[in-house]
Amino acid sequence: MPHVREVVFVDGVRTPFGKAGGMYAETRADDLVIRCIRELMRRNPQLPPERVEEVAVAATTQIGDQGLTIGRTAALLSGLPKTVPGYAIDRMCAGAMTAVTTLAGGIAMGAYDVAIAGGVEHMGRHPMGEGVDPNPRILAEKLVDPSALVMGSTAENLHDRLPEVTKERADRYGLNSQLKTAKAYANGRLQPDMVPVAIRSAEQGWGLATADEAPRETSMEKLATLKTPFRPHGRVTAGNSAGLNDGATAALLADEETARALGLPVAMRMVSYGFVGVEPEVMGYGPIPSTEKALAKAGLSIEDIGLFELNEAFAVQVLAFLDHYGIADDDPRVNPWGGAIAIGHPLASSGIRLMTQLARHFAEHPEVRYGLTAMCIGIGMGGTVIWENANWEGGAK
Amino acid sequence: MIGHPKEVVTHALVRSVHIGGTKGALITLDNGFDHTKPTSFGPAGLRELDAAITEATAQEPAFIAITGKPFIFCVGADITGIPYLTTREQAVELGELGHRVFARLRDSTIPTFAFINGAALGGGLEVALHCHFRTLSGGAAALGLPEVAIGLVPGWGGTQLLPNLIGIPGAAQVILQNPLTQKTLRPKQAFELGIADALFEPADFLERSLEWAAGVVSGNIGISRAEVDREMWDGVLFFAKQQLDERLHGAVPSANKALELLALAKDASFADGTAAETQGLADLLMGDESRASLYAFDLVQRRAKRPVGVPDKALARPVTKVGVVGAGLMASQLALLFVRRLQVPVVLTDLDQSRVDKGVAYVRGEIDKLVSKGRLDAGNAAKLRGLISGSVDKSVFSNADFVIEAVFEDLEVKKQVWSELEKIVEPSAILATNTSSLSVTAMAADLEHPSRVVGFHFFNPVAVLPLLEVVRGSQTDDVALATAFAVAKELRKSAVLVKDAPAFVVNRLLTRFSTEIFRAIDAGTDMATADSALDDLGLPMRPMALTQLVGPAIGLHVGETLHRAFPSRFLVATSLQAIVDSGQPIMVDDELNPDVVKLVAGGPAPLAADDVRRRALEAVAEEIRIMLDEGVVAEAQDIDLCLILGAGWPFHLGGITPYLDRSGISERVTGKRFLPAGLANAPA
Repeated sequence: MPHVREVVFVDGVRTPFGKAGGMYAETRADDLVIRCIRELMRRNPQLPPERVEEVAVAATTQIGDQGLTIGRTAALLSGLPKTVPGYAIDRMCAGAMTAVTTLAGGIAMGAYDVAIAGGVEHMGRHPMGEGVDPNPRILAEKLVDPSALVMGSTAENLHDRLPEVTKERADRYGLNSQLKTAKAYANGRLQPDMVPVAIRSAEQGWGLATADEAPRETSMEKLATLKTPFRPHGRVTAGNSAGLNDGATAALLADEETARALGLPVAMRMVSYGFVGVEPEVMGYGPIPSTEKALAKAGLSIEDIGLFELNEAFAVQVLAFLDHYGIADDDPRVNPWGGAIAIGHPLASSGIRLMTQLARHFAEHPEVRYGLTAMCIGIGMGGTVIWENANWEGGAK
Repeated sequence: MIGHPKEVVTHALVRSVHIGGTKGALITLDNGFDHTKPTSFGPAGLRELDAAITEATAQEPAFIAITGKPFIFCVGADITGIPYLTTREQAVELGELGHRVFARLRDSTIPTFAFINGAALGGGLEVALHCHFRTLSGGAAALGLPEVAIGLVPGWGGTQLLPNLIGIPGAAQVILQNPLTQKTLRPKQAFELGIADALFEPADFLERSLEWAAGVVSGNIGISRAEVDREMWDGVLFFAKQQLDERLHGAVPSANKALELLALAKDASFADGTAAETQGLADLLMGDESRASLYAFDLVQRRAKRPVGVPDKALARPVTKVGVVGAGLMASQLALLFVRRLQVPVVLTDLDQSRVDKGVAYVRGEIDKLVSKGRLDAGNAAKLRGLISGSVDKSVFSNADFVIEAVFEDLEVKKQVWSELEKIVEPSAILATNTSSLSVTAMAADLEHPSRVVGFHFFNPVAVLPLLEVVRGSQTDDVALATAFAVAKELRKSAVLVKDAPAFVVNRLLTRFSTEIFRAIDAGTDMATADSALDDLGLPMRPMALTQLVGPAIGLHVGETLHRAFPSRFLVATSLQAIVDSGQPIMVDDELNPDVVKLVAGGPAPLAADDVRRRALEAVAEEIRIMLDEGVVAEAQDIDLCLILGAGWPFHLGGITPYLDRSGISERVTGKRFLPAGLANAPA
């Protein structure tokens, strides 16, 4: 991509992710993302609040506590100066990813120097599909297969088309995600990104959320017994897909020169991105063409990518990607600390979690130059962002 | 075991929290309602807290912390339970129960914290003071120990802990001065006084507090508190007592008891200090003053908000424009109040342009003052400035929904104003009069639509005194009345429904009262003796200072009006007449003017102070009974409410009828009590 200015990812945080109806049942969605924004400001005290020039917050269901132009209201409620503008953004699961790429465009062209991207989804308060009103033409004109609106069904469809991705492979991928996440927790890898959240329950009083609620201990045997809610005798289960979750993320983005002048840490540099549409009924295929596009824009090939953070909406969708690029199911470059199957996937917030984790991996792997974050998106889309490790040592040699 | 059959029990919910590697036990005080029903401690709530502390301790956490439900930490003892305390033993038990439970937080070997997330008053602040450390939210609505205001003392450790934490000057302010001036602390003030160790923003108050607590117990965060200066202790209390005596003349036993306990806190052990608190609290709880105070508190909190005898508010007409007839000082004050609270166009009229200009300029000037004091922002100030206007042409009232007059206090003048206005305004417009003593019925008599005239009597200074007497004339209809009460509510005034009777409630009683004082002076009683004869009641002002404030001529005018109405009871005092004729001020530099003292001196039969006192109170009792019999207000409670809100009469008298009842004056003068026994006095 022709760059005007370098866009860098400074820092990212997230709330612990909850299960819908779980620990955040009585906590507002906007409060979750506000916590993240405040924590970013607190972790980077060298950034004068008035230097934040834009706040873009994503949510899929923009009503109630996720409505009211949440980027602007969250900025105000976070205590940022009233001069800081904000807006709301929606691209379903890739909401936060789109907040990042959209802000990056503004930074690259010099519209502003420092911005905050965020995402939130409280799927307990706002179940998927709340208040939707699909145009009857979708069915009448057969624009989209009816199964395209049910994400689990699109995953079953993808299994149909990729018979080599068996239920057993999907379950094993799911188990592996849990194991990697458990190990990352034990080694204290995931905790530094997390912002503790005070959670209230009328029954139990105040508590503090400090860890994800979704990860669980399981086994291939247990996974084999789970129901396939989207199709009788199907393949997609709660064990090989992400659950329904509540959570929020936020990231600090900046023009590289500004970041350096302010003394902000630079974790990674945006190289390119791509969003591409696919057939909505096999939405999970989306990250493949979007990655192709992002690689082409960057002038890179898949061999140049040393680390992957792939959103695990469904194991089948990750496996489709890995098969396409000839990457092993258990390749250590892929989701080293597990993924959404274990950690959770509060729709619009997940994109920034991928980026924050990639930034952490980069810090631990100065030998890696490029990394990639990618996710599938509802109504048949994929999104990919390619990043360059700011700590890459190769450049100096 | 003491109990409160209707207690809204505050639950103490225990939950384990983990901050990094530190485990804490977090207790939430929550009565299960939202912030409009604040959390308080009754006996069952205290027992739940007791159990919660046991549960928390059993978890072997690195710290125990207490916080509240959203917006409320805890607002203290559940005062609705006090009427159920019928013996001194029960009062002692209540004090001891709180002390025993709270002391567990102070004595705990596990560090204890209070995270004061919202309003913390009385026993709520006391439970926090027992904790080893405190954090405070910048969003907490109010903090304080207001017990003295309702005739009690902080009885769960407050008098002993607070001075030893923040020093005696701060403690005297919080425990004595603030309650007696109806003030509470804002978070920043409380933090600066040293009540909390850390102040955090509300957005992530609990998260920061937990992190801070973990830092304190791990030793990463040190606490520094200013050392308490013990040298100044006696001096500060001596000065405080002097001030109290000057203002209250010893009339408020709770204030004296608080002073004693604060003095004790200097050297007494905590056990001795809290034992004295329990005894002091029990004495006060079983005393008439506290019961009268609670009665008064209830009047102000409840009855004032739901006035008795008011028609359905659905009948009220919307008020989208207000007219004010007159542009003098009173009219201008009214215009300012209406424009600030109703935020609708307010138009002033007067006879000539210069008066109108002056009135409008006054309102705009006051708006500027509010801006410079930071009480109004520029945008709202601009809005208010745009809403106020003036004219010499009364046709500007043609589309006003509510027109209030504040012209010269003369029936013919007012009648003329209304008859002129009736040709201009819509038939539906409400016409309100701010008369203090003229008949609303007579004023409306010649109008085509007399049913829309209503009395709307403010007290001076309009912005300060909360009372509004809404007067129903004999033809006033429910729509006019409902509108008047709706407007009163929007003006944030406490309105009391009053029958159209001479001088209504407050002025009638104050005039009857002061008439007795002036009559004593007429009889030859030394002016200073007469003036101070009722000092022991602790009224906000002595009669002469009040007369000066109102203006002797206005006082005389009201007196004459009442004399015409009730010649046998309201005599026009020759001394007051002489003062008005002389044109001299009664008070000079807050002292009786020696020239006036001389002017009114001499008389055939001077009275002793006790006799002056007796006659004045008997007169008040007689007048109240007559007013109730005449149906001027619905009940004695309304009389008390009027005196508290319109004349600043004190809580410990309960307004006045609880005092007249408990001192036996009511029965002696009228043959019966005003209130049922036990309602505003201690159980026998």
